[in-house]
Amino acid sequence: MLILDCPYCGVRCDETELTPGGEAHLTRHGPGSDDADFERYLFQRRNPRGVHLERWRHAYGCGKWFHAARHTVTMQVFGTYPAQTTEPPADIVERIRASDPDWTFGDDT
Amino acid sequence: MRRYSAFAIAREALRHHTGWERAWKSAAPKSRYDVVIVGAGGHGLATAYWLGRNHGITNVAVIEKGWLGGGNTGRNTTIIRSNYLQDPSAALYEKSRSLYETMSQDLNYNVMFSPRGVLMLAQTEHEKRGYLRTAHANALQGITTRFIGPAEVKKICPIMNIDGPRYPVLGGLWQERAGTARHDAVAWGYARACSDMGMDIVEQCEVTGVTRDGARVTGLSTTRGDIACDKLGIVVAGHSGRLAEMAGFRLPVESVPLQALVSEPIKPCMDIVVMANTVHGYMSQSDKGEMVIGGGTDGYNAYTQRGSFQHIEETVRALVETFPMISRLKMLRQWGGIVDMTGDRSPILSRTPVENCFINCGWGTGGFKATPGSGWAFAELMATGASPLTAAFGMERFREGRFIDESVAAGVAH
Repeated sequence: MLILDCPYCGVRCDETELTPGGEAHLTRHGPGSDDADFERYLFQRRNPRGVHLERWRHAYGCGKWFHAARHTVTMQVFGTYPAQTTEPPADIVERIRASDPDWTFGDDT
Repeated sequence: MRRYSAFAIAREALRHHTGWERAWKSAAPKSRYDVVIVGAGGHGLATAYWLGRNHGITNVAVIEKGWLGGGNTGRNTTIIRSNYLQDPSAALYEKSRSLYETMSQDLNYNVMFSPRGVLMLAQTEHEKRGYLRTAHANALQGITTRFIGPAEVKKICPIMNIDGPRYPVLGGLWQERAGTARHDAVAWGYARACSDMGMDIVEQCEVTGVTRDGARVTGLSTTRGDIACDKLGIVVAGHSGRLAEMAGFRLPVESVPLQALVSEPIKPCMDIVVMANTVHGYMSQSDKGEMVIGGGTDGYNAYTQRGSFQHIEETVRALVETFPMISRLKMLRQWGGIVDMTGDRSPILSRTPVENCFINCGWGTGGFKATPGSGWAFAELMATGASPLTAAFGMERFREGRFIDESVAAGVAH
């Protein structure tokens, strides 16, 4: 069972209390964008076998969206952070690099 | 290849079974092939088989990271059916179902195809209306299904509790010629036939890179050396994203664990397959007597081949209400497979942005039933550049908005 700490209300929740929301840090393309951008935003995913930054909602708690950094093979959680950001905070990046030194945050969506 | 037959069994019985030969040759990779298929699961092996049978291409290697049929081919609940709503899906899955009917004879390998009938339960009014619609669509597609009422459901499957109250059975979509097959045997049978045609099946050989000359694929680097090829077929299910990344493109696919479990063996009590899509519970009884149960997928990406316990709990809790007699069964094994989900819950059989590189993925939670048809169609696509069965399943459909929307059409299960 996956356990994450909600960065807003501080509650340690197991996954039944949360709703998964898919890949984090996607660029939301709006009207006027071309087809390729829309396709990237709506469908194409990094789907990494390794470190994954994703969105979660504390559905049966404070109701807020937050982000989590998790490893998709070992299920190690590197930390959670508020959703109002465009990249993971430095302390989480440091923890990720401790387990995967080559990892970089790629904002290419 | 020595044919399997009743006579062969008698002959071997008289000489202490010393004459059986290996079903397929264990090969070391050569430096070049006309076609390399990555992934020796059912779909990859079926592709190789039909490349040889239908298109005369036998200079083929099927390479596999682990062991043959050890991924989702060996992890599914073996359900075969073709009662889909959308025309392109129905065509592809019905082709596949019909190939299962003669597969044991075609391959000279007993795949134990058992057309015992598949019943998809309607447990909400919404589901009932959906299945009535599917039954009408199937009639137009030439696929034999019909919607049956609760009384007939009870007659076909007496162990079912149809009264609810939580999950009442309002009827079901019944496909009589659907059923199950032995999943390992499908992979083994294809491997044996491919090996017999002179193809190389290379296990324990992991792809580490895809080599390109500009926009054209030229080969692979693997843990057992470099392999050049004219055409490359990627058929690796949950790990498609990884191979696509090596080849230099991105897929509209996400990988999630899907779980299944089996009970202790009991006496025969259920001779059909039941799918309860509202509650994500799928059940049939194996020839050994185990109740084979499929569950739902996790909601988040993972490559753990394990899955989250809460989904097992949900599935079993719901099935116990519909099948009260299973409440005292002990479960023997539980496992997960990594399934590749697309946005419209339909597969991708497609050319890719890389020339001569083709991809067959996105089968999500229901690829086993499609194994022979997928191989047939994908082989045609790879050999000739186009196939009527794959035309609608190109990866460009997401950009163009031409979805084959089975996620809404079929409720949830595929």
